[in-house]
Amino acid sequence: MTEMTPTPILEFENVDTYYGNIQVLYDINFKVYPGELVCLLGGNASGKSTTLKTILGVCKIKKGTVKLRNERVNGLPTKKIIARGVAIVPENRRIFPRMTVLENLEMGAYLRSDKNQVKEDIEKIFELFPRLKERINQAGVTLSGGEQQMLAMGRALLSNPDILLMDEPSMGLSPRLVDQQFELIEKVNRQGTTIFMVEQNANMALSIAHRGYVLQTGSIVLTDTAQRLLNNTMMQEAYLGGTEACETSGGTKIP
Amino acid sequence: MNIYLEQLPQQLINGLTLGGVYALIAIGYTMVYGILGMLNFAHGEIYMIGGFTGWWVLHLLTRNNQVIMNSALVISLMIVLAMAVSGLVGILTERFAYRPLRNAPRINLLLSALGVSIFLQNLVLTYQGAKVRVFHIASLIPQDLRVFHVGSTVFSFMRVMVISVTFLLMALLTVVIKKTKVGKAMRATAQDIEAATFMGIDVDRIVVVVFLIGSALGGAAGTMVGLLFTQVDYYVGFQAGLKGFTAAVLGGIGSIYGAMLGGILLGLAESLAVTFLPSAYKDVVAFTILIIILIIRPQGLMGEKIPEKV
Repeated sequence: MTEMTPTPILEFENVDTYYGNIQVLYDINFKVYPGELVCLLGGNASGKSTTLKTILGVCKIKKGTVKLRNERVNGLPTKKIIARGVAIVPENRRIFPRMTVLENLEMGAYLRSDKNQVKEDIEKIFELFPRLKERINQAGVTLSGGEQQMLAMGRALLSNPDILLMDEPSMGLSPRLVDQQFELIEKVNRQGTTIFMVEQNANMALSIAHRGYVLQTGSIVLTDTAQRLLNNTMMQEAYLGGTEACETSGGTKIP
Repeated sequence: MNIYLEQLPQQLINGLTLGGVYALIAIGYTMVYGILGMLNFAHGEIYMIGGFTGWWVLHLLTRNNQVIMNSALVISLMIVLAMAVSGLVGILTERFAYRPLRNAPRINLLLSALGVSIFLQNLVLTYQGAKVRVFHIASLIPQDLRVFHVGSTVFSFMRVMVISVTFLLMALLTVVIKKTKVGKAMRATAQDIEAATFMGIDVDRIVVVVFLIGSALGGAAGTMVGLLFTQVDYYVGFQAGLKGFTAAVLGGIGSIYGAMLGGILLGLAESLAVTFLPSAYKDVVAFTILIIILIIRPQGLMGEKIPEKV
């Protein structure tokens, strides 16, 4: 990315977001390039969810710009932002409980009109998650946590998103499922889907991400490649629970 | 005992007629509740407006006590126009009385619905007066077709028509919500409104469709009851709304199939009660059943206990 930088799929420029009169995000700047897997790390109440809600237009911003493929989207209603190629795997998955697996997947393709292609794409999802095919006519609520995770992921992918947002994918899953989940996210990303992931489990997220941003009380305090963040002392102390001081290796520290 | 048994088929027919109508009204309550979590207390008035629309269509198409068109066409027009007018009023109430309060506390929506109910009642009272309008259906059905006997059971043409139309409408609705894209979007929105938004579903549009369908069915019920019992006035919505609401709760509020089942059961229960008890006990039986079911199964017959979303 030294000579010709491609257009970022998602970009925040000096974004301030408020809930009523309370400022939650302070001057947020970040970019996600095509094909990347970028994670946004931070503890409780650091503003991670608000960042996602800001992308989706659920939270309105007071200052700055949110861009999708260089086009300003802040101020648009959620449905228009989704129509511009954004999909989300929400926190706690949010499967439609009384709809079948197939119907849940069809909802993911709600905005598409290429019926036959959708059918083929659903088959592709079944290849990726054979378990879902076995449960094709079962109601969403009857699926196990891991299966629901697959379904939420499949549903989101069926919109053919330019960028897939993941909200706390490890939330509420057993440790074994968390491993599976992150393998899956990595696989989907390596197959070409750009992913922006918000996560508390910094170790896990950084182990599959290309780059990361660290959010603290509404400001981005650190950004670097995932590898360097894993070795960063500040990260070690604050999020990774490491005790041995690794060599601090650069990282753009943002005051 | 024999005399009761002889009455049974008759009461079943009566119960099915009444039950179909209750089911149509209950669907409107349950669909709106399913998506917005509000009790649309104005729904009875939507039903009443359907009754008045049917009356006006019949009135305008009658000259010298004779309908000026084919009877089947007149009845179809009455039902279709009642559905159209009630559907439109439903959409307007949503747009102007409920949508501005979408993010307000639930109690505000409820109060707004009560307000709409009073407003619509008084609107009709002002422009249509308080006197009962009588449906002159004499010329609508030839004398020899009006009733026919099977054994000791009397089938009136109107009852058969009402049963057919209500079940046809319910079948149509089932196909819509099961098979069509907008129907699936309605279910998705009812199950998780935020997740539905994330799918790109235009939730505002879905709410409009829900009010349109629910109100149209209520309007159809209004006109059909008019044809059955041959009268309508500005206050009929109260009683009908109460029965429809009861049916919806009985079936499990939020569940469309529950509303259908609840309506039919309520109608049957009322009719059968009349077989064994003085007719004044009709409502007592209906509400006793409701209370018993709510004690045993608080979520209603087909309502599901879905854990609160986190």
